[in-house]
Amino acid sequence: MAVVRNRIKSVGAAQSPWLGAAMFSPAVLYILLLVGGPFLLAIFYAFSDARIGNTEMHFVGLENFRSILQSPSFRVAIRNSLIFTICSQIVVIVGANILAISLENTFRGRGLIRFLILLPWVAPIALGAIGWKWILDSIYSVVTWVLVAAHIYKPFGAPMWLGEPSLAIASVLLVHSWRLMPFSTVILLAGRTAIPKDIPEAAAVDGAGFWRTQLQIVIPMMRPIISVAVLFGLIFTFTDMTVVYILTAGGPFDSTQTLPSLAFAMGIQGSDLAAGAAISLFLVPVLVIIAYFMLRVAHRAEVN
Amino acid sequence: MAVVQTRDLTKVFKEGQLGAVNHVNLETREGEFLVFLGPSGSGKTTLLRMIAGLETPTSGEILIGGRVVNDLSPRDRRIAMVFQSYALYPHLSVYKNIAFPLKAQKVKKELHKEKVEWAASLLGIGALLDRKPRELSGGERQRVALARAIVREPAVFLLDEPLSNLDAKLRASAREELERFHRRVGTTSIYVTHDQVEAMAMGDRVMVLNKGVMHQLGTPTDVYDNPADTFVATFLGSPPMNLVELGDVIVGFRPEHFKPASPSSGDAVPFLFKVENREYLGSEWIVSGTLAGGKFEGKKIFSRLATAQDLRLGDTCDFVVPQRELKFFDRTTGKRVEPRALSWQ
Amino acid sequence: MAMAIPRRFISRRIISRKIMGRVVHILVLGTFTILLAFPFYWMLITSFKQNVDLYTMENNPFIFNARPTLDHLKFLFNETRFVRWLGNTAFVGVVVVAITLVLAVPAAYSLARLSGRWGERLGIAIFLTYLIPPTLLFIPLSRVVAYLGLQDSLWALILVYPTFTVPFSIWLLMGFFKSIPKELEDAAMVDGLTRFGAFVKLVIPISVSGILTVVIFTFTLVTQEFVYALTFISSESNQMIGTGIPIFLVRGDVYYWGALMAACLIASLPIAFMYNLFLDRFIAGFTVGAVK
Repeated sequence: MAVVRNRIKSVGAAQSPWLGAAMFSPAVLYILLLVGGPFLLAIFYAFSDARIGNTEMHFVGLENFRSILQSPSFRVAIRNSLIFTICSQIVVIVGANILAISLENTFRGRGLIRFLILLPWVAPIALGAIGWKWILDSIYSVVTWVLVAAHIYKPFGAPMWLGEPSLAIASVLLVHSWRLMPFSTVILLAGRTAIPKDIPEAAAVDGAGFWRTQLQIVIPMMRPIISVAVLFGLIFTFTDMTVVYILTAGGPFDSTQTLPSLAFAMGIQGSDLAAGAAISLFLVPVLVIIAYFMLRVAHRAEVN
Repeated sequence: MAVVQTRDLTKVFKEGQLGAVNHVNLETREGEFLVFLGPSGSGKTTLLRMIAGLETPTSGEILIGGRVVNDLSPRDRRIAMVFQSYALYPHLSVYKNIAFPLKAQKVKKELHKEKVEWAASLLGIGALLDRKPRELSGGERQRVALARAIVREPAVFLLDEPLSNLDAKLRASAREELERFHRRVGTTSIYVTHDQVEAMAMGDRVMVLNKGVMHQLGTPTDVYDNPADTFVATFLGSPPMNLVELGDVIVGFRPEHFKPASPSSGDAVPFLFKVENREYLGSEWIVSGTLAGGKFEGKKIFSRLATAQDLRLGDTCDFVVPQRELKFFDRTTGKRVEPRALSWQ
Repeated sequence: MAMAIPRRFISRRIISRKIMGRVVHILVLGTFTILLAFPFYWMLITSFKQNVDLYTMENNPFIFNARPTLDHLKFLFNETRFVRWLGNTAFVGVVVVAITLVLAVPAAYSLARLSGRWGERLGIAIFLTYLIPPTLLFIPLSRVVAYLGLQDSLWALILVYPTFTVPFSIWLLMGFFKSIPKELEDAAMVDGLTRFGAFVKLVIPISVSGILTVVIFTFTLVTQEFVYALTFISSESNQMIGTGIPIFLVRGDVYYWGALMAACLIASLPIAFMYNLFLDRFIAGFTVGAVK
């Protein structure tokens, strides 16, 4: 039968080798033109002095990169990008694993809980961020109200959650983790259900208690899925500018800028396209690393 | 080593429906290889899992070594289990798989190596200790699963159809290995299977189950030659025992006892048999057909014969069954009853 | 081996451990659910609270200190362009979904079935373009948009959005098509259909649920997008809801929180419902390689 199938496949493909190409060409062409092209353009801009409104443009070599690397707000942006991405990922992976364990077995109301838990991820990022902005408002924050009511702070004595640099950073971290948690939870949950039921049973018979089974058997078995969740989570957080833009606009005093938000601030708001392009190019190395690991995970899955 | 007992053990999954296991009473003997045999859905796996502690009984008691273990978790029951898929931990090496129970039971680290190597040598897998499960063949995986089970020196072995995932050729040699293993180690073992050939070959005793009810518990000879009811009679033996209804009894006789009439037949009941199909299996023939004439007109019957060349399709021949090979069953209950004289015509 | 312990003591220990486990489970779930869903609950409450109530610091924010009001909703629907933004988003969504289907469905099929080794590689390459983020491409694309004269037009978004909806959809659909047994198409071709005919008449009808999933997710990707919408659209009437709400419901420095929260909720909930319906497919799309 395999021989027959191979023959049909080769006949089909031989009869229509152009069919396959015809079917994917539009998509590939579109992507080349609107992704590949602009990508090259970004590189080009980074080496020029392009500005919004100017029709002229000159090649300036590494000038943009030099001035960026010297600017303190850039260094803060790189630091923040890494902190936000890595810290939120750690919080999310731990939290999502715990949540996934809690959601594993069916119970009444599970569907409703799942719906509620998903809300941070499915709502448009900007809207969720605005919601948090209201919750963390400098005067009317409900968090402030609760802490004052609990006498932890005196009235008017509570800090400004988005106004002080370290608290602002914490708030951005909070919102990133909040948004990402449902996504990771749902992927980990899928990974857990893929584990054959008799493995944890064998562990129970072998004498392992609940935590030993989770930490030494189940979670290690989930490594490919955890990798997928982490890698996607890293991308979503690292390349996001919305949370910072909405919550703090990069402030106070540029203390919460990230690479993407700084690129936007300088490139569009500051009209300096070249600087914006140069800053955003710094995203590339990290993305390449992440892409490499994704390919490795996919390859390992093929091999097994 | 210990004796496993169950008293009136019942498991109901859905209220109001028939239980998966109904009022089963059993008692193993020290060191025996007991087989739970039955079709799928007969409750044999549920019964095994209750003994293991992976399912909680609805009512009844389970005793291991004289202690009631109903409230004990699996780890406290001193049992070991081999699953149908072997359930080897895919991310751990063979060595770590076997060592895992020791780690879980907090056995001192210094003793791990010695015990793992002992278990590995018992099963001849010393050379595989560094491999991962996915690099092993089916037979090797079974041995690793057994090593992992034996390393804790359990009181009871529970095996849930471990041969059913192997292909036919491998199954025979894996079965033999299991038997050898049991003879070497001597631990009381309970083995679940739906394959009656396995049950007959491996079991010291066989418990036949259907719909959660135990039909018979006895040696292979008992269940084969003296079945307790029609279910046991037809479940064991391939092709199954032929059953014909006569008055208020059902009469059964095995295909190997249904032979062409010959001068040496002795005290035997005669039948007219129309040959409709013959299958040559190499070592024997399976001949099927229908009875002709008399009360059993059209009844389908199987026969197992050493030779059948001279039986042609469509022929109606004289066949006989020796009187002493007839089994009698009550027509309403299906249970075995004493032989009685019958008018056959 | 332990001494025989009377059964009633064992039972009590087991039962209390079970209850403890239950309590911890409920606590964990409750904490997470509250933390994750609270902002939406807060949006709900804020939408109906009078301004007097909202902007008095001493008031307990968890209860209605004044009567609930529909003022914010009235403001939202009558005095802002909210409805127009909803319309814009729906329009862009529908057109982008159509473009995505036209580009992605044939491409996914061809890569899954017709292209063998090269197909795999091309599929992976296409997926990797999904990793080139809008925050990298938005600057050059803003120039492209200006060059084409599409600045401040919804058509700019319609042009650009497929750059991320198409790769994702191809990835999702490739997995889906691969799960359809080859024998079905082989049988159709033996019966006389051409390969393309088999695709149109057999594969597409079978794949309706997969295609529907792509439709839903493309739509949600469109509604969630922020960077391009922010960069390309400037005038108030052309905004999408993702950008209009945070930007234009703020007049000067004044945040109209009541209306803002109402808008957020109204924009988020329908998407949430749709997402939930197709969640399993979504996960399959992301994990297709890793969970085997």
